[in-house]
Amino acid sequence: MTEPQFARGAAPVDPPAARSATSERNFGGTVLVLSGGLSHERDVSLRSGRRVAQALRSRGTEVIESDVDSSLVPRLSALGSCVVFPVLHGEAGEDGALREVLALLGVPFVGSIASACRVAFDKSIATTVVADSGIRTPRQVALPHEIFRELGAQALVRALGDQIGFPMMVKPSRGGSALGVSLVERPEDLPSAMVGAYAYGAVAVVEEFIAGTEVTVAVIDRGGAFGATPGPAALPAVEIRPDSGVYDYAARYTAGATRFLCPAEVADDVASACSELALQVHEVLGLRDISRTDLIITPDGEPVFLEVNVAPGMTETSAVPLAIEAAGWSLGKMCVDLVSAAAARVTVAPALQAAP
Amino acid sequence: MNDALPDRLRRQDTRLDSYVDRYAARTHGMTASAIRALFSVANRPEVVSLAGGMPNIADLPLDVVGATLADLVVSNGRQAMQYGSGQGEPMIREAICEVMRLEGISAHPDDVTVTVGSQQALDLVTRIFCDPGDVVLCEAPSYVGALGVFRAFQCEVAHVAMDEQGLNPAALREAITALRAAGKTIKFLYTIPNFHNPAGVTQPAERRMELLAIAEEADLLVVEDNPYGLLGFDAEPTPAMRSLNEDRVVYLGSFSKTFAPGFRVGWVLAPHAVREKLVLAQESATLCPPVFSQFAIASYLANHDWRGQIKIFSEMYRERRDAMMAGLVDHMPPGTTWTTPAGGFFVWVTLPPGLDSHAMLARAVTARVAYVPGTAFYADGFGSRHMRLSYCFPTPARIIEGTRRLGEVLQYEITVNETFGTGLEDGHSYGAGERSPLRVYEAPGANQA
Repeated sequence: MTEPQFARGAAPVDPPAARSATSERNFGGTVLVLSGGLSHERDVSLRSGRRVAQALRSRGTEVIESDVDSSLVPRLSALGSCVVFPVLHGEAGEDGALREVLALLGVPFVGSIASACRVAFDKSIATTVVADSGIRTPRQVALPHEIFRELGAQALVRALGDQIGFPMMVKPSRGGSALGVSLVERPEDLPSAMVGAYAYGAVAVVEEFIAGTEVTVAVIDRGGAFGATPGPAALPAVEIRPDSGVYDYAARYTAGATRFLCPAEVADDVASACSELALQVHEVLGLRDISRTDLIITPDGEPVFLEVNVAPGMTETSAVPLAIEAAGWSLGKMCVDLVSAAAARVTVAPALQAAP
Repeated sequence: MNDALPDRLRRQDTRLDSYVDRYAARTHGMTASAIRALFSVANRPEVVSLAGGMPNIADLPLDVVGATLADLVVSNGRQAMQYGSGQGEPMIREAICEVMRLEGISAHPDDVTVTVGSQQALDLVTRIFCDPGDVVLCEAPSYVGALGVFRAFQCEVAHVAMDEQGLNPAALREAITALRAAGKTIKFLYTIPNFHNPAGVTQPAERRMELLAIAEEADLLVVEDNPYGLLGFDAEPTPAMRSLNEDRVVYLGSFSKTFAPGFRVGWVLAPHAVREKLVLAQESATLCPPVFSQFAIASYLANHDWRGQIKIFSEMYRERRDAMMAGLVDHMPPGTTWTTPAGGFFVWVTLPPGLDSHAMLARAVTARVAYVPGTAFYADGFGSRHMRLSYCFPTPARIIEGTRRLGEVLQYEITVNETFGTGLEDGHSYGAGERSPLRVYEAPGANQA
């Protein structure tokens, strides 16, 4: 297991003197920042994309911002060489579909490969894989709408109550930003919570609710080149305290509605355990460059995995940029490093390039 | 860029908004919303948006407007681009009186105050009449933009039921009595008599008289909001409430739908004393409403057949209304009802029991169709069984395609509801402490289907 580099304050901070020269020298191409798309999180993605684009430009990188539509593929081929930075939340962006296309076209991109995204994005699958690696996860049941129809909802709803217990969390299996998510405290509220989750997709997960401290840990791999420490590193955990008590859509994207503490106000060993967990998730799911793992720390100090994001939010109210600053990095530098690492990869592994 | 090394031991404790403790109480309700975020998808061309209320100005003769504006700048630019009167320029106020005559209003230009769209008229009227806690009576449902203004001034909104002829007189009487008995101060009744947004119904002349009689009897001020009145499909315009009572009605009008919304020119016609206050309020808000826009519209009205243009607009909207009606008949599942608007932009749909338009919007967006959930048009959380569909902007073919997609969404949602037994007669399984709000409001939409 990798040592949690940051928990003890040993972050590989860029040497100030070398900072402006290193990676910029190594990456002089164009970055295509992709944001928007047609997912339910389009709005969040547009905000994240603007921030990433701005951060890259602040380091002198040439950036083109683009939505995802039928003009994308022609645009990519017109550009010739570029690196794509997908800042797409929700389907297509995070489920691997778009990354599969980028690989198919031989375009280098920042972030995890398609197959890893497919697993990580689906809560019902990711939780199972993560649990199999020995990490504690909430008890979870994943069910498509049809099974309730075929077997009769009443009996299944009762069984869910018996097995998972109340309160419980009901979520769409695919999606982010807490959309379609409900905390269900009473059996009679479960059916409408299920209906709410199914509005976002065909499969819903029902999970045991775990009370505790809510934290999120970003894992970033800036690549071995250009003087950065190689390998994935966990950033300081960000503790999330929404004023309303629930970290829902409004608490996430209304500036001022949530208090963030970074590093989290937890004991050092608990902080280390969170970092280790996030690194293990990153590794077990085969993630690349960047991920963010959401956890709950139980009252006795045990971190529990909730979910992982392959395209974590980069908005003005998102946790990852906060953790980056707390680690003594700048968002711009980190983005440039990720882009440089992606650019370097293309010569090493031209995944699907046509045979000569 | 922060290049200095931070003190690693210092914990950042932030709300990511360093001004959070400084905001006024009325700002606290301004929060991000998932529904608003979903509308960002609705603006993509792949989605048939039956959500927005954007006027369709494709038929405006841009060459004529362009020539008018060029001439304005060349011949009178120094005045048109200067500060102007807080009340609005005299020539546009005269023109406004001419426009209002089409709906039976006889008014003097002195009693007109020009505003930045009728949205600012609402703001000014609320500003001069309402203290925090004052009650504004609104139709159930009511225009979402008005509810936003009332909320901003910390008013309490009391909704009053409607029927197919608009605001229900008996319900209005009841509301006035109940609120006054509870010691509340009702400042005014806000009503949209023509082609109601969102309900799509129109008050006949007799209904207007009845409502005005109640207002008279209860000594209630009426704010008549009439942005769509000239966009009727069939008959001559119904006389405005203001034409029936000069002293009790404050009338709001707009060029946004009869000409173009980008100029941001609307107006208030108010009794003299009220007008004085409005002008003072306007001066403190904007110094003067946009002068160039007023000159531009005045030139347009003077040099173009604007009445003919309104007819062209109405015909175009009628064609779209017809497409919407045909699409709804073909694609809505049984148990769905809707209003048949005789003008304006909107249809109000009542869903089969159990469906929740708010929860369902995500599925609709996935199916590439968008609408506005009914809850947007109530200040009290009611409305989940309703949705507003607008036909003003998409082409007739797209409107029909939109209703087809929507029909599939409703059908699937009905299946999910049947599965979970959430489609009970109550319409919604409400959470702890929530009351089922189906009680009072309902009405518009007892239609064909």
